[in-house]
Amino acid sequence: MPSPRDVDLRVDLAGILLPNPVMTASGCAAAGRELDAFFDVADLGAVVTKSIMLDPRAGRPTPRMAETPSGMLNSIGLQGPGIDSFLGQELPWLARRRARAVVSIAGSTLGEYAELARRVGSSPGVSAVEVNISCPNVANRGMVFACDPYQAAKVIAVVRRDVPRGVPVFAKLSPDVTDLVGVAEAVVAAGASGLSMINTTLGLAIDPGTLRPVLGGVTGGLSGPAIRPLALRCVWQVHQAMPDVPIIGIGGIKTGFDALAFLVAGASAVQVGTVIFHDPGAPMRIVAELRDELSRRAFTSAAQVVGLAHTPATDSLAATDLEGLRTP
Amino acid sequence: MTASAGPLQQRAEVLSRKQIGAYHILTLVAPGVAERCRPGHFAALAVGGPESGMLLRRAFSIYRVRESGTYGGTLDVVFDVHGPGTAWLATRGPHDIVDVVAPLGRPFALPADQVPCVLVGGGYGSAPLFTLADRLRERGCTVHMVLGASTEQRLFGALEARRSAHSSVVTTEDGSVGVRGRVTDVLSEVVGRSGAAVVYACGPMAMLAAVAGVAEAHGAWSQCAVEEAMACGIGVCMTCVLPVVGDDGRTRMVRSCVEGPVFRGDRVRWSDVGTIPADALGAARGGP
Repeated sequence: MPSPRDVDLRVDLAGILLPNPVMTASGCAAAGRELDAFFDVADLGAVVTKSIMLDPRAGRPTPRMAETPSGMLNSIGLQGPGIDSFLGQELPWLARRRARAVVSIAGSTLGEYAELARRVGSSPGVSAVEVNISCPNVANRGMVFACDPYQAAKVIAVVRRDVPRGVPVFAKLSPDVTDLVGVAEAVVAAGASGLSMINTTLGLAIDPGTLRPVLGGVTGGLSGPAIRPLALRCVWQVHQAMPDVPIIGIGGIKTGFDALAFLVAGASAVQVGTVIFHDPGAPMRIVAELRDELSRRAFTSAAQVVGLAHTPATDSLAATDLEGLRTP
Repeated sequence: MTASAGPLQQRAEVLSRKQIGAYHILTLVAPGVAERCRPGHFAALAVGGPESGMLLRRAFSIYRVRESGTYGGTLDVVFDVHGPGTAWLATRGPHDIVDVVAPLGRPFALPADQVPCVLVGGGYGSAPLFTLADRLRERGCTVHMVLGASTEQRLFGALEARRSAHSSVVTTEDGSVGVRGRVTDVLSEVVGRSGAAVVYACGPMAMLAAVAGVAEAHGAWSQCAVEEAMACGIGVCMTCVLPVVGDDGRTRMVRSCVEGPVFRGDRVRWSDVGTIPADALGAARGGP
């Protein structure tokens, strides 16, 4: 059995080499600065920054969150400082810290996405662009771009056009669709280098006192371990349909085993989101745990397990001492 | 902010839990944290243990810290049971482990001069005011405390206020002890009589709004510690925002966890809390 130290965690994600497959999820790490008190953000696979829009945005009224079983609802509404402030302050900070930055962008129109792609694409220090076409907390809630293969593809096409070739473009997909594979195929055909799955799923909580919705924005995005099986199913389905398309698995990842589960379901990398609120040290803890999980199963690299769950089970694993591994 | 002043995350051992009136005081062994704490800082505690389905941390202002002792540095937080998370905390006892992140937030600003100060606490919102009173008295400030609650059971630290402050007034809504009414019923008189230059307050939003108004009417500064609902406490989730006017006169939706929890009372748009004012930076334009 390889020692955890000997496990190679490096992954190639649509042409970018990451030291490990663990990133922060957009909207759960701001632009990385606050988490730097808990670990070195340069040690992460990448920091995915909170979705940035062209103009400053105040977001939705409070209350903006509600705790739900093993999860939470949020209704932030993409509050942010706008692209000028982001490119002037946040991105240079990440570059100075030598962290890999995956910049998440969100627009209300195709023109805004194109403008954002131009601004971000021409900035130094961007490892990849993640296109948020699936935030449920915008004006047309439920009618997000990612719910319609045609609209989703149009957004990805305009972004791809303005982002340099060497910078991969990931489309962040919503689980709130009937035909996820159809949306995935459409955005890949439009030029997406890979897929980030999944964004939150739309939910609602009722206040026991007022008997009215808890959130100021009424509905909110459900995240956390509560949606992990839903996210795993999405990754599984899309990887099965398009095994060569790089996927970043997202949804309630709390432990190294959770990260491993997403890798074997078909993800080449993962993002840790809501669990950061519970445990700000979680991303780097998960890196260490993933190393252990791979090592105790006699794997020597993270890359070798990607998509493993789609192959028939063999006796090779049973031959290893898996005592205690049956119920992670 | 230097690295040594930032928050630490620790698996803290419970030294003790005491019940006082309606509240619990949890003492946690958190070496390194105590030295960094200043009055007004808060702590964010994970609840429910390692397999907890309750993901969000609970934020509590820090009541007391002891920088060293038999067990190393400790910190005390005061809480009230009002949900499953705090109910879990209320079952913690010696040697149990609680994951704590602290110190968080911006502490109370202290006056440079030796001026009279009034400290106002609603319910267990008074918790951070006692170390604040100590710091103020060390600086030569005169300290007056006004503590209020719905009932005597829900007052926190009335006896301690008599030791910590040069004068103290207590109010209860049911009149079970002290003056019948609310802190704001007596505050104007206390601020006027003391000639206070600064009013410090911690408690419910409506109380803070009223305190800020009284302070302003008397030409005093106010420093209000808000209790806004938070998911993370460390500045990444953007749930705990409220409208605050900046030095440039612009209103922004700012995070109470990192830009607060202590705000200048005259800068918070109290009547707009829970909304996005139309003139706030980035508010939706041209329609609701």
